[in-house]
Amino acid sequence: MAPVLIVGGGTIGLSIGWRLARTGRAVVVFDRAEAGRGTSWLAAGMLAPDAELQFEELELYAFNRESLDRWPRFAEELEADAGQSVDYRDEGTLIVADDRDSAEALRRLYDFQREHDLNVDWLTGEEAREIEPFLAPRLSAAIHAPFDHQVDNRKLIEALKVALQNAGGTLREHTPVERIAPDEEAPAVVLGDGTRVDGSAVVLAAGPWSRGVKGLERAHRPPVRPVKGQMLQLQMELPFDLQHVVRGPDAYLAPKSNGRLLVGATSEEMGFDTQVTAGGLYDVLEGGWDIVPGIYDLPVTETWAGLRPSTRDHAPLIGRSAAPGVVFATGHYRHGVLLTPITAEEVAHLLRTGETSPWIEPFSPQRFTSSTAASA
Amino acid sequence: MAARSASATATRKPASDAPEAPEPLVIGDLTLSSRVLLGTSGYPNPQVMLDAMEASGTELVTVAIRRVNVRDASEESLLGLLQQQGYQLLPNTAGCYTAREAVLVAQLAREALGTDYIKLEVIGDDETLIPDVEQLLKAAKTLVDDGFQVLAYANDDPITCQKLAGMGCAAVMPLGSPIGSGMGLVNPYNLRLIRELVPDTPLLVDAGIGTASDAALAMELGYDGILLNTAVSKAKHPVAMARAIRHAVQAGRLAHAAGRIPRRLYADASSPATGRVGTRSP
Repeated sequence: MAPVLIVGGGTIGLSIGWRLARTGRAVVVFDRAEAGRGTSWLAAGMLAPDAELQFEELELYAFNRESLDRWPRFAEELEADAGQSVDYRDEGTLIVADDRDSAEALRRLYDFQREHDLNVDWLTGEEAREIEPFLAPRLSAAIHAPFDHQVDNRKLIEALKVALQNAGGTLREHTPVERIAPDEEAPAVVLGDGTRVDGSAVVLAAGPWSRGVKGLERAHRPPVRPVKGQMLQLQMELPFDLQHVVRGPDAYLAPKSNGRLLVGATSEEMGFDTQVTAGGLYDVLEGGWDIVPGIYDLPVTETWAGLRPSTRDHAPLIGRSAAPGVVFATGHYRHGVLLTPITAEEVAHLLRTGETSPWIEPFSPQRFTSSTAASA
Repeated sequence: MAARSASATATRKPASDAPEAPEPLVIGDLTLSSRVLLGTSGYPNPQVMLDAMEASGTELVTVAIRRVNVRDASEESLLGLLQQQGYQLLPNTAGCYTAREAVLVAQLAREALGTDYIKLEVIGDDETLIPDVEQLLKAAKTLVDDGFQVLAYANDDPITCQKLAGMGCAAVMPLGSPIGSGMGLVNPYNLRLIRELVPDTPLLVDAGIGTASDAALAMELGYDGILLNTAVSKAKHPVAMARAIRHAVQAGRLAHAAGRIPRRLYADASSPATGRVGTRSP
């Protein structure tokens, strides 16, 4: 059988490839550069459906939650296949308020979380500092979300690359796909050098760049736009030793086991601009310092601006597209790492059986029928 | 509405000054049938934003030039989505602290979006986001002289508002309370004075609206419209709140034109007392 051709080697594309390869399907994952160095590399690896619960997005919450539930087994299988760790951490997340107004906003979030039976606790500032002693003394209230976990997104990428290839999948890096040639029976991709590669299905998983891949009719292109996020990376050094993901009104901090401490992130409608700006870094640093002042002395080891692939309703596009033979797995916005297990498993299931599972049905790429139509 | 009431009162025409047909809001050369101006930030997602805009009935939506890439109006970009839905864009100078910055941002907006309309916002400090009057007046003067149609976000100070109207701003927009605070109209007395001192320039309450009654009150004070964002975008159900605001603005406008009764200290029975059985003669 001709291989499944996956356009885009981020966490979504690699994991779909890995899941298919380990059941014996031929797959080729194409990445225009080094795989996983786009959105996935520049993320924070937070698995935080409870903290990120949003008004008017309850369907997405259920999907996020299911994916989180699948994460521990996914991580275990991936680590076994790859022979390396993804640094799954289950210490939990603290969402904190740093003044009266943000405490009110936090209380509103907590009430909404409780209304939907989320497993979260309301803490005083003192109680929160018993859990995480590096929180600023002036913080007055916090929500503890013990089931919001994290992984190291960079380790995830490294592991997926190895696991994909160990399972017999092919990874073609520095190989841009110029064009998709849709066809129900024999879709293909055409590479930058003009080579045509035939497949049994094409999966478009190119994140924010998904719309730029040629070959799809205008109305069939994935409705994805980039949303810029600026972040910085600090190196934790003793005595500083943060253990939990901490989310404040203006920034979050995500500590990884190897000492990486990610502080992010802005959310900007700037198209494909990836300039790091003074204001972006200032906002993120101030927001981080307000809630965990101990970061003051830590060395800054990296700064960047990444692009999130966002759709109009902030939910992903997963499943058959309107283009024959082309499946979308893109538009994961801020939840790509969290949604990796469910996306990989359900898309692999779709490609193996032809069935769209009830899990991904609400996220059909065809819910936007044209570029201007509202969601169903 | 107008048609229905006209047929219901077919035998007697309403008095000439009775408020029946909704009048458009005219700002400069712009004629709007909706008196709601809506901001574009902070919604749960862009789809909710578009749905809320539709529910509010707004035609003019404001976009922070420093917060979006004005060169990117591609199909799925924020600007692209707004333009495809047929909204007129009102660029704003949010995030500017000096007159000079605000003027440069306005010029950039004019060049990129091809509109002379600008919501002028010159902020004095980032905790209160209250305008810096000195810088605001300076920027407004420069922009009006440069041919801009300036909608000036202002303090609720009658004299400042009068000066802005006097120098030729297309609309003056005093705050009800600080941006995003949802505190409503904290000084309705000043807002009323502003209306009296600025009878001929469109006045909108911009900032501070927390819920529908705040919008209705602004309209009852004789304002021509409202500009709001957070009350809708951060409501638990933004689309429902947008619809509520639309109705509140219509209700408030109608109530203002209808002419409220004076307040009395003591009750005044609404049913006639004369001729009632058992009514004692004095």
